Amino acid sequence: MCFPRSTEDVAAAVRVAARHDVPFVARGSGTGLAGGATPLDDAIVIVTTQMNRVLDVDPVERIAWVEPGVLNLDLSRAVAHLGLHYAPDPSSQQACTIGGNVATNAGGPHCLASGVTSAHVLAVDVVLGDGSVARLGGTAADLPGYDLRGCFVGSEGTMGIASRVAVRLLPNPPVVRTLLLDFTALDDAAATVSGIIAAGIVPAALEMMDAEITRAVEDYVGAGYPRDAAAVLLVEVDGLEDGVAAQVDAIGEVGRANGARTVRVAQDEMERALLWKGRKSAFGAIARIAPDYYLHDAVVPRTKLVEVLRHVYRIADEQQLTMMNVFHAGDGNLHPLIVFDAREPGVWQRVHDAGDEILRTCVAVGGVLSGEHGIGMEKREAMPMIFTPDDLDVQARLRDAFDPSGRANPGKVLPRGSRCGELPRVPEGTWV
Amino acid sequence: MSELAATVRDATAVVPVGGRTHWEVGGPPPIGTEVRAPAGIVEYDPAELTVTVGAGTRVGDLDAVLAASGQQCPLDPRDPDATVGGVLATGLSGLRRLRYGPVRNRLLEVHVVLGDGREIKGGGRTVKNVSGYDVARLMVGSFGTLGVLTQVTLRCEPLPPATAWCTVDAAGAEVLARGFRPAAVLVGPDTTTVLLEGYPDDLAAESERIGASVATGAPELPTGAHRGRISVGPGRVDAVTRALTAAGVAALGEAGIGTVHVAAPTLAGFAAARDLAQAEGGWLLREAGGDDGFGVALPNVALMARIRDALDPAGKCNPGRLPLTPAPVGSPV
Repeated sequence: MCFPRSTEDVAAAVRVAARHDVPFVARGSGTGLAGGATPLDDAIVIVTTQMNRVLDVDPVERIAWVEPGVLNLDLSRAVAHLGLHYAPDPSSQQACTIGGNVATNAGGPHCLASGVTSAHVLAVDVVLGDGSVARLGGTAADLPGYDLRGCFVGSEGTMGIASRVAVRLLPNPPVVRTLLLDFTALDDAAATVSGIIAAGIVPAALEMMDAEITRAVEDYVGAGYPRDAAAVLLVEVDGLEDGVAAQVDAIGEVGRANGARTVRVAQDEMERALLWKGRKSAFGAIARIAPDYYLHDAVVPRTKLVEVLRHVYRIADEQQLTMMNVFHAGDGNLHPLIVFDAREPGVWQRVHDAGDEILRTCVAVGGVLSGEHGIGMEKREAMPMIFTPDDLDVQARLRDAFDPSGRANPGKVLPRGSRCGELPRVPEGTWV
Repeated sequence: MSELAATVRDATAVVPVGGRTHWEVGGPPPIGTEVRAPAGIVEYDPAELTVTVGAGTRVGDLDAVLAASGQQCPLDPRDPDATVGGVLATGLSGLRRLRYGPVRNRLLEVHVVLGDGREIKGGGRTVKNVSGYDVARLMVGSFGTLGVLTQVTLRCEPLPPATAWCTVDAAGAEVLARGFRPAAVLVGPDTTTVLLEGYPDDLAAESERIGASVATGAPELPTGAHRGRISVGPGRVDAVTRALTAAGVAALGEAGIGTVHVAAPTLAGFAAARDLAQAEGGWLLREAGGDDGFGVALPNVALMARIRDALDPAGKCNPGRLPLTPAPVGSPV
């Protein structure tokens, strides 16, 4: 394991890996949920947390160059005085790094309107598998040739290691309004989500929490969520005065038409922050219920939300597991969360089986395997559920083109049996 | 296997054809078997805010279908006869990039016929997806050199309640600082033109804040025998546009983006624009009028060539359309 402080250090570590012909794995804060940064075999772990400087902020171009170990929230804090922010905001934003965000193409509640990480990364300096350094993308409008930057973002460390990243910053919106709608039926909440999109509104964020998680969060932080709701929607709209007001009204109307019991608009910044604190504390709240949880991540077409949610609850019932749902409803990004006690004999198998069944359900309605966590080790064997052997062959070739050495984080993303080399079996349970 | 895939498999060189509106972008295409992707809407559910179309679909036709449901897909080519596949293959973004982002952010799923006739899929139809490598984004701007795009799924947007073009007597950077995320800020030789999109009262207030007066419409894009677009840093648009104008080159810059559209009646004028772009650390992509397409060596050309070889080992997809062989040292680029 090593802790480089510069691009040169990273390159030196990669060259050491080359000399000894061992794989290398980049790691940020280790908040990833798909095992992408988990080392296999004798891999050298290159930890980027010491590379945590914001190198340059250009307030006119609205571009920041940062090192990969900068924490997501620290970046937004560093540019707040300029009236700017970095849009992707994963739930782990206090702890996760920009480098890790680039690796997983991370999302977050506010990616609904502004897009996930790839839409915000302009350039990446990458240490490739042979230790050479390449700048992919750039800060000019367009670069000639293939979108190498676009390929690299989301490649989970398998194409090289980001050692510097140029990101786009967005101006803070003049007006922000946050609404909390609560429902006595989950279906009504889901119908409201579709209704909002159908009304021509793409909110800045559109989050749903089911009864179990709402109660858990309320008990934990006291955010003012109704404890008896079957579901709540947290909706944020931003922009200019008139548009925000019109959208707040329209969202309230759609909600009431679909059976919302109350539509509450946060009256000040404190109330707004508290509503968000509830959402962002969801995973912390779980600890009060059970010692372990398994968080899933899959995306379905927005119009299939109701159907899929019903199915997901049925799966949990069948496996006698406690299931909660807190997720990015606006873009159909589900996060079924199974809470359990790992000490209970046989529970792992049930958690596992439920997870497989959830994925199959999502894929069956046209969904995909991951919306923002990535494939890592967790889901690589599920890749054939959505890709044909030819599709996977192309992805394997693409990866090999980037890293002919095959030393950059092998054993991730692509399933065994793709064109890249077979790997030893992963010990049971390493994907958690 | 589809007829198109069989044609591609059996050909020695394949040249995908759309509306021929981007025919000369980056230089004229090679000679080979011309193939066309299917046209038409494959799937459109407005509640999903996504649309799946044949890559041969005319952009104007797609716009009309979406508009009927109050939606749009802001590809915004210069000519609505362009096909969706053509816009994506060249990767050229439209004038509203400031609000809607570059064209590469529109594509969710892509179907491609590879040179060997295999039909593959990249990405997925949901609006959010990190399942595997981003093969869809790789296709945007690949100029047909990795395969033939046949079907694509695109992310749509609601049509704005109102739009307004206005003009301001101020630099582009200044307008950007005064307003909140306008749809376009276009720097011309005499004035800056702004496109506002949103709710009517906001547009009026925004226009006042920016100090703008109402304009009749979009400014003319430069026209001339030699035409192209410069890419520089987003903060350099005012200066570059001014310098081009002084050099007698017709120019319209996209403030906050870094694109400057240029046209010159003579090759000398075009060359002057290219020199200016390169002095700024940028480059000029030719869109029409000659065969000096990219005018620069591609960065990371060895890596790009490896990717091309990985997907099209026979080298038959639009061969030579991208300058993927490193230029000999000392040769003009």
